[in-house]
Amino acid sequence: MRRVTSPLLEVDALRVTLQTARGPADALRGISFSMQRGDTVGLIGESGCGKSITALALMGLLPDGAKVAGSIRFAGQELTGLDEAALCKLRGNRIGMVFQEPMTALNPLHPVGRQIAEPLRLHKGLSGTAARAEALRLLERVQLPQAAQRLDAYPHQLSGGQRQRVVIAIALACGPDLLVADEPTTALDVTIQREVLDLIAELVAEDGMGLLLISHDLGVMAQTVQRLLVMYGGTVVESGPTAAVFEHLAHPYSRGLLAARPRLGLPRGTRLATIPGRVPELADMPRGCPFAERCALVIDACRMADPPPVSVGAGHEARCIRVGA
Amino acid sequence: MNEALLVVDNVTKRYRLPREHLLAAAPEVQALGGVSFTLHAGRSLGVVGESGSGKSTLARLVMALEPPTSGRVVLDGLDLHALPREEMRLARTRLQMVFQDPFGSLDPRRTVLQTVAEPLAVLHGASRAEQRERAVEALDAVGLRSADLAKYPHEFSGGQRQRIAIARALITRPKLIVADEPVSALDVSVQAQVLNLMQDLQDKFGVTYLFISHDLAVVDLVCDEVIVLWQGRIVEQGPPERLFRSPEHPYTQRLLAAVPGMPQNAIPSPPRSP
Repeated sequence: MRRVTSPLLEVDALRVTLQTARGPADALRGISFSMQRGDTVGLIGESGCGKSITALALMGLLPDGAKVAGSIRFAGQELTGLDEAALCKLRGNRIGMVFQEPMTALNPLHPVGRQIAEPLRLHKGLSGTAARAEALRLLERVQLPQAAQRLDAYPHQLSGGQRQRVVIAIALACGPDLLVADEPTTALDVTIQREVLDLIAELVAEDGMGLLLISHDLGVMAQTVQRLLVMYGGTVVESGPTAAVFEHLAHPYSRGLLAARPRLGLPRGTRLATIPGRVPELADMPRGCPFAERCALVIDACRMADPPPVSVGAGHEARCIRVGA
Repeated sequence: MNEALLVVDNVTKRYRLPREHLLAAAPEVQALGGVSFTLHAGRSLGVVGESGSGKSTLARLVMALEPPTSGRVVLDGLDLHALPREEMRLARTRLQMVFQDPFGSLDPRRTVLQTVAEPLAVLHGASRAEQRERAVEALDAVGLRSADLAKYPHEFSGGQRQRIAIARALITRPKLIVADEPVSALDVSVQAQVLNLMQDLQDKFGVTYLFISHDLAVVDLVCDEVIVLWQGRIVEQGPPERLFRSPEHPYTQRLLAAVPGMPQNAIPSPPRSP
């Protein structure tokens, strides 16, 4: 029984501590967000900001020794502390996953039809024939040309874009409530990337599921999601409706990220704005604002305590005490 | 006008595929067909195209790692693929390459000094002292310190590793650097640092770049001239101002249309200083 009132996903003060060679380190430092069915939310940030760890935490796939504090509620059910068997019932069933590299996500030794049928047999108890028929329907749905012949193809016989379509078909097989896509188009050519993003957007809208899209690409986000969370150093430094965030980037890191990106039409030889320094290692994360060491607006108070979220517009917040400075 | 540094003249490369039948001739695939262009000293030529378009094959032919099936690659007046072995070895000092993945391209068991100085040791048989001196020079040019010479690659971030790879390319004072997706594996903020560095090095040392990338915005920023490869052929060629504003070939148009668009008003003002 799902109550209509409870959000599809509610993450509250989620903290993940990983065991590193230099002792325990916080990969997520208390992030909170929620989404309803039909919402599309994007997590954006650079390597080590915690965006992929967030996805892994949602699916209970964190590395060994990781400690989780805070809460992840999925359709009212608490996921933290859930045992492996219960998580297995959710993964691939009510939560679908698409990863970056379709070649490693697929098993090279099985035909793709069988890999799409697997979650259907496992979670829905479909017979072999019924699952195969459903797999064909799914391949047609993800617009793989000559779907019927491709059921018995092996991953190496397909191109990168076709493989990613197969991975999407597997993720959608059981009609999930939430689709988590971690850099789904990063390994693909730019024209294929567009097709795959359009496909994901179309399927998400048709089924009314929630989409959590993880990417480092601002352009991809601008096109695909309604709501954007900018992550840095294990915290959400800025969040808001995508259009509002792009219109008024509030956090110095978000601004730096956009300014550093080369754009078509810049005169030849233009120097790109850079963010000085580099992302601190998890174990070296400073006590206050994680961005303080690289920020042009830093004052002493920034290093004292983690800045609280400051409202900068309707549903638009930034964790920066220097907003408007 | 500068003289031509690199002339690629009607180059074709075919690879032989495994035989399908015992008695039939082995089938061939054409990776490059009739590619010609000229690159002047101190300029940058961008090569764009998708997987399988022949970008990397072109890089291998220009680097003289493989001979073309037909056509010529002329560097500084030398027909590279017709040179005797010893002269080829010397000609290689004028060519260096920077690869995409700074995690895969540096030997994890060698120190920065060994990695950066290796091209000198191999090509010139330079003395230890000279190798060290030149390595310090090269590291300095890419913004690293001489204290970094004794470190190993794992002690550096991705952007710093790419700087090490660039230092290694600079040490022979090459005329041409072939950069194959040099910033694709880097984070946006680090990518900007490396792109700025590559442009500074060009201004300072007059390096010439053959710059291979799938990212049109990066090519637009760095290059004076762009060729668009599609299925092994040049379908369009010209300065980026023209090519990316008013593309003529349908494939170039398709490439441009696929670039994820940004809201027009999202051009940030640079962060103000306190």
